[in-house]
Amino acid sequence: MKRVITVTVINQSGVLNRVTGLLMKRQFNIESITVGHTEQPDISKMTFIVHVEDENKIEQLVKQLSKQIDVIKVNDITDKSIVIRELALIKIVAPPNLRMEINSIVEPFRGSIIDMGKNVVTYQIVGNPEKIDAFIELIQPYGIKELTRTGVTAFVRDAQVKPTAQLSILQ
Amino acid sequence: MMNAQVQLKNRALAPKGSEEGTKPKQNGAALFIESLKKQNVEIIFGYPGGAVLPIYDALYQNPVKHILARHEQGAIHAAEGYARVSGKPGVVIATSGPGATNLVTGITDAMMDSLPLVVFTGQVATTVVGTDAFQEADIVGITQPITKHNYQVKNINDIPRIVKEAFHIASTGRKGPVLVDIPKDIANTIFESEVDDDAPINLPGYQPTLHPNFLQIQKAIKAIAESKQPLILAGAGILAADASAELTEFAEKQNIPVTNTLLGLGSINGEHELFLGMAGMHGTFTSNMAISNCDLLINIGARFDDRLTGNLSKFAQKAKIIHIDIDPAEIGKNVPTDIPIVADAKEALKALLKHSIEAPDTKLWHEYLSECLAEYPLWYDAKEPDTVYPQQAVELIHRITNGEAIITTDVGQHQMWTAQYYKFKNEHNWVTSGGLGTMGFGFPAAIGAQFAKPEQRVISIVGDAGFQMTSQELALLKEFNLPVKIVILNNSCLGMVRQWQETFYEERYSSSLMPVQPDFVKLAEAYGVKGYRINTIHEAEEILTEALLSDEPVLIDCRVKQLEVVNPMVAPGKGLDEMIGVKKG
Repeated sequence: MKRVITVTVINQSGVLNRVTGLLMKRQFNIESITVGHTEQPDISKMTFIVHVEDENKIEQLVKQLSKQIDVIKVNDITDKSIVIRELALIKIVAPPNLRMEINSIVEPFRGSIIDMGKNVVTYQIVGNPEKIDAFIELIQPYGIKELTRTGVTAFVRDAQVKPTAQLSILQ
Repeated sequence: MMNAQVQLKNRALAPKGSEEGTKPKQNGAALFIESLKKQNVEIIFGYPGGAVLPIYDALYQNPVKHILARHEQGAIHAAEGYARVSGKPGVVIATSGPGATNLVTGITDAMMDSLPLVVFTGQVATTVVGTDAFQEADIVGITQPITKHNYQVKNINDIPRIVKEAFHIASTGRKGPVLVDIPKDIANTIFESEVDDDAPINLPGYQPTLHPNFLQIQKAIKAIAESKQPLILAGAGILAADASAELTEFAEKQNIPVTNTLLGLGSINGEHELFLGMAGMHGTFTSNMAISNCDLLINIGARFDDRLTGNLSKFAQKAKIIHIDIDPAEIGKNVPTDIPIVADAKEALKALLKHSIEAPDTKLWHEYLSECLAEYPLWYDAKEPDTVYPQQAVELIHRITNGEAIITTDVGQHQMWTAQYYKFKNEHNWVTSGGLGTMGFGFPAAIGAQFAKPEQRVISIVGDAGFQMTSQELALLKEFNLPVKIVILNNSCLGMVRQWQETFYEERYSSSLMPVQPDFVKLAEAYGVKGYRINTIHEAEEILTEALLSDEPVLIDCRVKQLEVVNPMVAPGKGLDEMIGVKKG
């Protein structure tokens, strides 16, 4: 199963290496990882997506990460109400005669054009990973020249909605 | 004498700043030595080299007892032995590059066995770090997965703080090795400003839990009160927490039998009536049956290592499991736990001792275990009357030293026989490489142990192969007149490898026999150490008694039965209740 883990660390050299090294040593597969400063300059936050087999494994992962001296806090936020975002840059073969058509696909995804050449256009898409997957699938037939994704970063929502039976029907 | 003169001369040449009332300007190395002194470091095991020249120069001017090993691996194993018996962090200094990489085995060994070490390595100057400079190795990168934490000093102002943190991290919580890498130019930099050394340690990501959770203790008490077949599994966590007295008191008070992990030996008197012997792959039949049949397993400070548990799916199937460990990551790692208690072993035992727990009658359980002990004791078959069987040698050592010596070993057959037949009377007397299983560990560890406890008898029981991995440290016995006793159980082969080849590879002894061995007696004599050779059991009695009780360093080459195997055994992949070789014949 896929889990979203956030790790708050002291921002000093080697800490990313320490965390990824630990995941490698304990045989966890990282799908994506993002790192950046937080509101405090000496504190960084990492967001991982990892694949694990079972609950026990994820508990081990959280405990092993927490054990690191430079790690302040580890959270498995998968089951919480969260905001999750990823950014993708996609360079597409778009000759002028097809551009309108391609733009009509991009529009519902609220993507924006960030670079344009004679025959290629680079789009930027922001959203949760599934949205980006969906966009890629639709745009693939036109010919993707280059694609890069940042990996996800995530936040726990301020208000944690407790799912009720009724709401789940509505969903 | 010469040395003293040289030192005096040197002092006369030293800058006179202090006489004029101003503090002399210090370089990073001097600041480093001062920081070490603030940690009450009494002994350093090390080896100099280019990148640590400034540090060794500072040591020359402001001495801390420094033991010059003959190989960095010897230095670090000695520091481990020192740490194991003294409880204090062992301190090691080595130079950059090969000096640092030679420490890797010892660091890993200390990590696996939770020994407090603070290791300082020199590094090439910061101006050339990353350029593949002479004797450069990325030791911080190399040791990242094998240290509890590591540092590279990047600013001279950080030296006091980093040294302080390193000692704090190494010696608190679950103990372990911490490495500090010091580039040469940092050690050479003249330090101008004042440092505030009294600043409290600020490590927001490191706050070990020492006191047990009240509710979890209540749950444990309830489980103990309901158990008819309880068992305590005591590991090295007891020794790290100095909790032997509490363990014994608790076991006696509740009348619960105790088994040990390999590293936990000595946490309860080896001849205590509640003690069942070591458990695991070469543990006693009784201990393993106790684990397999207990209804409550109280694990205090053991990490359910695979050599202890055997096949996990068959481990303690009938038992509710209480796991007390200072490291939360150990709980539930290998064995699902019913009642997890994150705490220091001593604190947890104290909390349990506060309550009087009414437990059901466990008479039947004790009767069952006594029957097991009587029916399936440890055994060996000394068929050849003159030959020394290795088990006999260990039994003799036990008898002669009354179970009170500090014993160190490497890994392998001799280690298992020592664990089985040396009944430790006291805690902190057992120094062995458990988790990593390092050949060549035992002898240098004995040197460190002897430095820690000069008054105590220290015996290193080693194999002929392992001893040759670090025998160069014999030089230290003579140099410091350390009365360490080395007993080589010499079977001219890699005993445990050979045993597995005999048992699991149809006696194909691939590269495990060593027909050509040095003359160990002459080797000892070459280093100025008295050597003895034992060929028969009669000689064994006589020579061991004489040699072990002497006040000198001694090496004893004890020729033992070559094809002897360690029994009983849990074969790999089997459960603890599937032991083989449990009975003679």
